[in-house]
Amino acid sequence: MSVGTGAGGDAGTGGGSGLGRIGVVTFPGSLDDRDAQRAIRLAGGEPVALWHRDKDIRQVDAVVLPGGFSYGDYLRCGAIARFSPVMGTVVEQARLGMPVLGICNGFQVLCESHLLPGALTRNDHLHFVCRDQRLRIENANTAWTGDYTEGQEITVPLKNNEGGFVASEHTLDALEAEGRVVLRYVGRNPNGSRRDIAGITNEAGNVVGLMPHPEHAVEALTGPTTEGLGFFTSALKSLVAAS
Amino acid sequence: MPRVVVDVMLKPEILDPQGQAVQRALPRLGFEGITDVRQGKRFELEVEGPVDDAVLARVREMAETFLANTVIEDFTVRAAEPDPAPDAGAVA
Repeated sequence: MSVGTGAGGDAGTGGGSGLGRIGVVTFPGSLDDRDAQRAIRLAGGEPVALWHRDKDIRQVDAVVLPGGFSYGDYLRCGAIARFSPVMGTVVEQARLGMPVLGICNGFQVLCESHLLPGALTRNDHLHFVCRDQRLRIENANTAWTGDYTEGQEITVPLKNNEGGFVASEHTLDALEAEGRVVLRYVGRNPNGSRRDIAGITNEAGNVVGLMPHPEHAVEALTGPTTEGLGFFTSALKSLVAAS
Repeated sequence: MPRVVVDVMLKPEILDPQGQAVQRALPRLGFEGITDVRQGKRFELEVEGPVDDAVLARVREMAETFLANTVIEDFTVRAAEPDPAPDAGAVA
């Protein structure tokens, strides 16, 4: 269900990743947009810079909402970004099946936009956390996790102040029952997230939000591992498969 | 200017680590006897015309969609009291 007419699916390269165009939105206060673009490039895709004030998402096949402090985290993290012109289009296309990945602040924006349930609240210990975090892949069937296997453990950086995932018990039970918990923290829970949840997906599996930062774990020189690259290669493969 | 006040509080079942940190600090400052603290947000909105039911309904809509995240927060909307005369008890 790729959106637009990017070269993605038609390239048919042997590597399987093709040339999917993946947009990365820059909000005022976005921090990790460059790293997300770089990760997409390293995965074999074509990163496309998107601007928060543009409704036009330039016919990309997928979108990444990067980490950072959009609109200074004023009101609530992600609350103001949700009403930016670009998000109107992203929400509309996500509902039509376009893959969307929200990382950290991007996850907060997805929850505020109601593309994902629940909310992210202040870490229970009140400290900003910044460390390499071990995670377990719980769902390897989303548009962003197909290159992993269920139960696989990966380590990528985690850095947040409002990373505690909360939702009603009813919602948490539904997420578990429907297999929509995509990632869980392994070892000590770093932020008080309910049920150690680090990432979730929507019912269709095209929208994924996670607190940890896979885009910072794509190169041996700068990351603790290269185990984050799979999110981006997964999306590119899903675009090829869907075309 | 007529004002409408919106108070936003975390739902009772949502952990409030900031309120807890405030509560824990109180005894160290010599303020005893406070068993719980919940921290919230207050918005004061100045409105153009009189505060009637239509205005309050519109503000409620605003609170529901934007000022509060109803997944984790409750809110109340009320017309503000007119500014009182300077309080004799307050020290400027």
